[in-house]
Amino acid sequence: MKRTISILIANPLSLLGVVLVATVVLSALFADFIAPFPEHRGAVVDFANFNKAPEWPYIMGTDLVGRDIFSRILYAYRISLILGVVVLAIAVPIGVTVGLVAGYFGGWTEYVLMRITDIFLSIPPLVLAMSIMGVLEPTLANGMLAVTVMWWPWYTRLVYNITRSEREEGYVLAAEVIGASPLHVIFREILPNCVPAVVTKMTLDLGFVILIASSLSFLGLGVQPPTPDLGSMVADGAKYLPDSWWLTVFPGLAILVAVFGFNLIGDALRDILGADQ
Amino acid sequence: MMPIARLLSKRLGTSLLVLFGVSMLIFAIARIIPGDPARIALGPNATTEQVAALRAALHLDDPVWIQYGYFLGDLLRGDLGVSLYTNRPVTTDIAQFLPATLELVFVAGFMMVAIGLPLGILSARYRGGIADNMVRIVSLLGVSAPSFVWAVILMLIFAFYLPLFPVAGRISDSYSIQAVTGFLLVDTLIAGNFRAFGNAAWHIVLPAFALALSGIGQATRLTRANMVETYERPYIEMARSYGFPGKRIANRYAFKPSLIPSLTIIGLDFAAMLGNAFLVEAIFAWPGLSRYGVAVILRKDLNAIVGTVLIISATFLIVNIIVDLLIAFINPRIRLSQRSS
Repeated sequence: MKRTISILIANPLSLLGVVLVATVVLSALFADFIAPFPEHRGAVVDFANFNKAPEWPYIMGTDLVGRDIFSRILYAYRISLILGVVVLAIAVPIGVTVGLVAGYFGGWTEYVLMRITDIFLSIPPLVLAMSIMGVLEPTLANGMLAVTVMWWPWYTRLVYNITRSEREEGYVLAAEVIGASPLHVIFREILPNCVPAVVTKMTLDLGFVILIASSLSFLGLGVQPPTPDLGSMVADGAKYLPDSWWLTVFPGLAILVAVFGFNLIGDALRDILGADQ
Repeated sequence: MMPIARLLSKRLGTSLLVLFGVSMLIFAIARIIPGDPARIALGPNATTEQVAALRAALHLDDPVWIQYGYFLGDLLRGDLGVSLYTNRPVTTDIAQFLPATLELVFVAGFMMVAIGLPLGILSARYRGGIADNMVRIVSLLGVSAPSFVWAVILMLIFAFYLPLFPVAGRISDSYSIQAVTGFLLVDTLIAGNFRAFGNAAWHIVLPAFALALSGIGQATRLTRANMVETYERPYIEMARSYGFPGKRIANRYAFKPSLIPSLTIIGLDFAAMLGNAFLVEAIFAWPGLSRYGVAVILRKDLNAIVGTVLIISATFLIVNIIVDLLIAFINPRIRLSQRSS
């Protein structure tokens, strides 16, 4: 762990990743203190200052009802991060367990579980999440549900592939010979060998969950106003391009910065932990 | 040829099974809609009798599995039902909007291969150097933003500030092209109108590139990773000791084994692009499935939602079968008993 961190900081690219992610997380945590206009996260209207180009004190300009875009981005980060953590906290255990079971038992169990996984994987992720969101009320909790439903199969695939190759390794066979139960073999012997790959994927995915969630709200199927959300900010501003460019460019760059940060760290972790795709 | 025919029939069978599963899944999702779809379709002014009549016509009062039976029976006859939003058969609607989306996705897929693979080769050949690091940063940036953000950025730079490309649409209004395939790049050629072809190609560059960027990033990274591994192999060392030029070693010997995993990822990315096309279409006012798809979802138009998702999944499965066949064709020792994943 210590070694991993010191390697992360030594490489300029992954150091940049650490800095970006730290900035995003800290600004989300301390949004109440950093945001120049904390009240602008809600349904505030200030027509005297609407649609202003970036100028002090509105460093990223104001939106069509006069709210400070910088403040809204900080609060949008908060919601995005919560969503990312919750989605992974539910999707990863489900996906990993299914992958372990399918890979270990093989036969009919494998066939049925993996075909179900295939079904989920053969609907484009965004389309699946869209159709789930379409039938549910657009709330934050339902957004999490929709993204979770499309996310677990990727972990199943990853863990299934590892389990299949570990299944015939000496240490697994040895454990079975001395009478270890399947439960022990799966969770105590095989699972630890999946951890590096799963952790790497989780780091990358925190960024990608933010990305998909913003895509949903861009289409109007995510968190509803007045709650600040990066995707819907881009969608609302896109009609006013190119004149009011700040309405779209800053929220768009905000997504890019956060996801890029997680990608830089995940990429470096993949090299360090030697985890495969 | 025999093993490939066997592979094809096996993959077709599995794909049909998966498609059957998709239809069940999406049907189940569409039927848990809160509220009465018949009431939503007819609007608040309809009488109770009218709503009841539509419910009966749509079999909404039967149990779900009976409804699914009706649906499956219609599906086998190529009937996806009538859209409650446009009042036309869903198949007609999809046939109208799908070609524009597919055209966009195919061009983006082409860009992904034509740009991503060479960049990956370059990166692996000069690994650790400046070119490698530049490519690494660019490919990471590519996957780090949703395609609608790239669409906005590309549009601002290359359509507004530098007016090189058009801002919206598929083709200028002055051209009228007879629709044969629905693919404008093909139809203009069939009509023999090369100016129109150029115009359509000019329109598709920016949206397709915005859509392709994340795929380019992934294809690059994967090709690089696989080639770096291949470079450690003894046969590369032997090629070096023979004094073969670096370019030939990279393009011929190191690249070939890396092509197979790259192709697999390209197949998967195709699925992502079919979804992401919705985002790019919204920015560039591309007349594809996007507006229709979002509209039917917001209006809880059951038949149209199920039909759209089913067609998109079928397209994805077909592309993946093609990718699998390509891989089987390239790789002589492919393990036919196993699904490559």
